[in-house]
Amino acid sequence: MKHPVQAPGQGLRADRVGLGIGGRIVLDDVTLTPRPGETIGLLGPNGSGKSTLLRLLAGVLGPSAGTVTLDGRPLHRVGRRVAARRVATVQQHAHTQTELTVREVVALGRIPHRRSWTPMTSVDLAAVTRALERTGLTDRADQSWHTLSGGERQRTQIARALAQEPDQLLLDEPTNHLDIQYQLELLELVTSLPVTAVIALHDLNLAAMYCDRLVVLKDGRAVAEGTPDQVLTPALIAEVYGVPAEVARGSGGPVVRFLRRGASPSGGRGVARLK
Amino acid sequence: MNGARPALLITFGALLLAFSVSVAVTIGPADITPAEVWRSVAARLGWGGSPLSELREGIVWNLRMPRTLLAAVCGAGLALCGVVMQSLLRNPLADPFVLGVSSGASTGAVAVIVLGWGAGVVSLSAGAFVGALLSFAMVLLLSHSLGGGMDRVVLSGVAAMQLFSALTSFTVLTSADAETTRGVLFWLLGSLSGAGWSDVLLCAAVLCLVLVVCLASTTTLDAFAFGEEAAANLGVRVGRARVLLLSVTALLTAVLVSSAGAIGFVGLVLPHAARALTGSAHARLLPVTAMAGAVFLVWVDTVARTALDPQEIPVGVVTSLIGVPAFVAVLYRSRRKS
Repeated sequence: MKHPVQAPGQGLRADRVGLGIGGRIVLDDVTLTPRPGETIGLLGPNGSGKSTLLRLLAGVLGPSAGTVTLDGRPLHRVGRRVAARRVATVQQHAHTQTELTVREVVALGRIPHRRSWTPMTSVDLAAVTRALERTGLTDRADQSWHTLSGGERQRTQIARALAQEPDQLLLDEPTNHLDIQYQLELLELVTSLPVTAVIALHDLNLAAMYCDRLVVLKDGRAVAEGTPDQVLTPALIAEVYGVPAEVARGSGGPVVRFLRRGASPSGGRGVARLK
Repeated sequence: MNGARPALLITFGALLLAFSVSVAVTIGPADITPAEVWRSVAARLGWGGSPLSELREGIVWNLRMPRTLLAAVCGAGLALCGVVMQSLLRNPLADPFVLGVSSGASTGAVAVIVLGWGAGVVSLSAGAFVGALLSFAMVLLLSHSLGGGMDRVVLSGVAAMQLFSALTSFTVLTSADAETTRGVLFWLLGSLSGAGWSDVLLCAAVLCLVLVVCLASTTTLDAFAFGEEAAANLGVRVGRARVLLLSVTALLTAVLVSSAGAIGFVGLVLPHAARALTGSAHARLLPVTAMAGAVFLVWVDTVARTALDPQEIPVGVVTSLIGVPAFVAVLYRSRRKS
């Protein structure tokens, strides 16, 4: 289902990165080595360092220990513009006061490829059109961004990221606040793209369904890494999230079922499903 | 998105501006027609003779022409500063006057006059630049430490404006003669009445410089639509872009204020009007805003100097009368959007 787009060992890598902010260690000795074309899920409770790791990979923060590299070169030496043609980010929150159409928002993705005060070239326009098609937003292209629903806004940001024509895609909890239908659609879309993707996710089952590998963070440290089958165990869920759960192994990957406190693992009555 | 409209808008804007300037210089107590003005201009450029008497030549060339051109340059410059500040600070209420930059520039210019550190146009502008940077830095630091919300930036601007206006009045009242004291109104309200050719040339030169810098940064300004981190993700070196663009807008504000005082709200109103015409892409927005600002201030100044003839209304009073309702409208609209 994946098409590798680059030679092995290329793309983004975080090598034993750490970051302290104001005396607090936010990230400590984390290594992330996505293989080309693979989708990696970043799991962990709030404040475990998922967003920070994505910011380091995007190069908007610099690590205080370790290095982030793009094709083996330190990211801070690559140059912002060049990096932005390779790495696109979809932030958790996107808000603007500016009156923009969907097409204009998507066209922002061409900025790293363009010069100032020159019109968009046919290459730019084609990339925008493709990104709109791919995300199913062609019909909405001339609509105002402010009139969109949460799911459509998120899709517009993904279209903008695609217009950058990256081979590395970073997404920070892209399914937050979306209806389940849009969560599934969005992850289908992302995993069908010919890019290496790193996605911070809250939902363990979505992570199990769509990610090739998972990295679990707790208090800024990577506590587990591997395929969903290897990583998602009742013991790990108890350790990281502090909740009891049972994990069913199926053909479509593991399925996590959270248990009510005090219920026995085999026959729990209430199934509380965390968002 | 289409290519023809911006060129059309800019051509139309340039024609409208030329028309406005030529009509504005004919308005006033001495009757002079636009045709006579054009022939006089042609004469200056070496074609044919001037149809005007020497006295009228003097009125056109030494009084009305520099004043009208300075109005155009100030309008263009203030509108340009406004649009750049609004995009960079992601604040639809940003404007050199609202953020207290103009007041800081006034204080700097007045300090140079009163304390006698040379009083040429350039040293005035240098003083104004220092004042503008100080007030801008104060506003940005204050609003940042208050959390950086839109209303915080504006409130910090109010604080800076009050402080620097008080400093200007204080400086003038304590250490200047009666003549300069009357001039304090000029710095606080903004007026184009003292315009001379040296003002026009200096302001136009700085406007061109800043316009070039801004036009070279149009995609950078576009990238700020979703905030600084989004801009960084689009390949913008955020810190560098911010320092460069805020410095050049402070410089332009300072030079304009040292020639025309603190004319308010032009930078607030015109970008919003221009956006309605062009949309939000800065490649179209910047030139159209500048052009609209120029036309706007030419006509506002014409009204200001003729409405209560022979008395003159400071042009800043008129722009405030127009600007404050617009400020409220923008505030109201941005409440709905957030």
